Amino acid sequence: MSKKMLAAPYLLWMAGFIIIPLALIVYYGLTDKSGMFTLANVLSIARPEHAKALGLALGLSFVSTVICLLLAYPLAMMLRSRGVGRGSFIVFIFILPMWMNFLLRTLAWQTLLEKSGVINGILSALHLPTQNLINTPGAIVLGMVYNFLPFMVLPIYNVLCKIDDNTIDAAQDLGANFFQTLLRIWLPLSVPGIISGITMVFVPALTTFVISSLLGGSKILLIGNVIEQEFTHGSNWNQGSGLSLVLMIFILLSMALIAKYDQNGEGSTF
Amino acid sequence: MNKAKQLFHRIEQDFYLVLIMIFLYAPIVTMIVLSFNASKSRTQWGGFTLQWYAQMFASRNITAALQNTLLIAFLSALIATVIGTAASVAINSMRPLPKSILMGITNIPMLNADIVTGISLMLAFIAFGISLGFRTILIAHITFNIPYVILSVMPKLKQTNRSTYEAAMDLGATPVYAFFKVVFPDILPGVLSGFLLAFTMSLDDFIITHFTRGAGINTLSTLIYSEVRRGIRPSMYALSTVIFLVVLALLIISNFAPRKRTK
Repeated sequence: MSKKMLAAPYLLWMAGFIIIPLALIVYYGLTDKSGMFTLANVLSIARPEHAKALGLALGLSFVSTVICLLLAYPLAMMLRSRGVGRGSFIVFIFILPMWMNFLLRTLAWQTLLEKSGVINGILSALHLPTQNLINTPGAIVLGMVYNFLPFMVLPIYNVLCKIDDNTIDAAQDLGANFFQTLLRIWLPLSVPGIISGITMVFVPALTTFVISSLLGGSKILLIGNVIEQEFTHGSNWNQGSGLSLVLMIFILLSMALIAKYDQNGEGSTF
Repeated sequence: MNKAKQLFHRIEQDFYLVLIMIFLYAPIVTMIVLSFNASKSRTQWGGFTLQWYAQMFASRNITAALQNTLLIAFLSALIATVIGTAASVAINSMRPLPKSILMGITNIPMLNADIVTGISLMLAFIAFGISLGFRTILIAHITFNIPYVILSVMPKLKQTNRSTYEAAMDLGATPVYAFFKVVFPDILPGVLSGFLLAFTMSLDDFIITHFTRGAGINTLSTLIYSEVRRGIRPSMYALSTVIFLVVLALLIISNFAPRKRTK
């Protein structure tokens, strides 16, 4: 079949630029500078400064994911109840920021939060004491929530739109109140979207180095910053790769979650 | 529920929607406003000006980065669309097992963290002896763009009717001719939206570019990152405004352009 040959460029490309590069990370992560096998790079995650960076990244991205879920679920329900289809203007408005360059979005918050920034300017104009907003873990969480909220809204909205109105009406006719309907109908039927949303927020939040370096200053290091520095400033690629392998464990876990709860790709974002 | 209660409920909902909208757009609007502010201060309005825009277009760094960004976005989207569309046609005709393996590979760059994709490509380029620069950014962008094209084209391919293609062949068309006359018009909307999606993704990318660019080359994203770490200048706001408007225009075109009937 000549048709199958059409996949050849794709296969070569993916083998060369996806599979081999990932294999290289594994290779570098498991060897030392002289090419000998070692687990030292991976185990260096246990060093206090690395463990602290990973712990902080896990904590902040967990908090951001929870906040995103709490904000996005009611939003998705409301968008659905407006009875508007996909591609409608109001949905577009809430999805649009997702396509904005995320560097710019973070830059915008830096403008607002800085010591001489907009929020402090407004505060001092009102003769209120200025606040120390930037370079705090709170600023990083804010940046994460702002950047990744649309990634939670869209998959949840997509699965909610597939729920049949009759199912909800039936529950209400049978006497279920709002919370019973939420717990027994809405939530169980939207699990694929929730899981997909959680991974879409958690993975980029866990691995970010941009948000933390722009909003967290140089004192707050997340695991993403540590890895980035190994590759750009220092040149200990083996250790950087080892730490990336640790990160990949979390990425694989979330892929496994998606595979388990969203088999049909119902909650996919794109 | 009585009417008053329903109305109240509706107002509550509107309030929540507006609140989230303010949260999403206030920072962007702030930047746009500041880009026209004659005063360098972020808290005082010094009158309307276009000087930051003039400064931006006069800066050689910025125009060079803009050129790189657009060229990379266009080329990577184009090449990814060709490779991705061809791959979709092939994958669509495969048996379930190889199909699911290939779709699994397609998903890797989408689900993987950008930082891991970025450093893995950087390691590969250095291992293969390809010096980091324009070429490597282009290759990296094609790599992460191909999956978006495949995901836009596949659903359209599944909707096409195999019999029409076979009918064309029975009537004497060569496979290539039959493909372009019968199948391609049907999947064209998917191909175009794949191209636009890839273009936007490429414009938007920072992390992967950060690791695969060489020392002397910048895209807008990497330029902004290095400038911002030295302190924000108003021309950055002008640049942000321009990028925002371009992305907005692209999205409106791809979302609201008259679509062909898909049912």
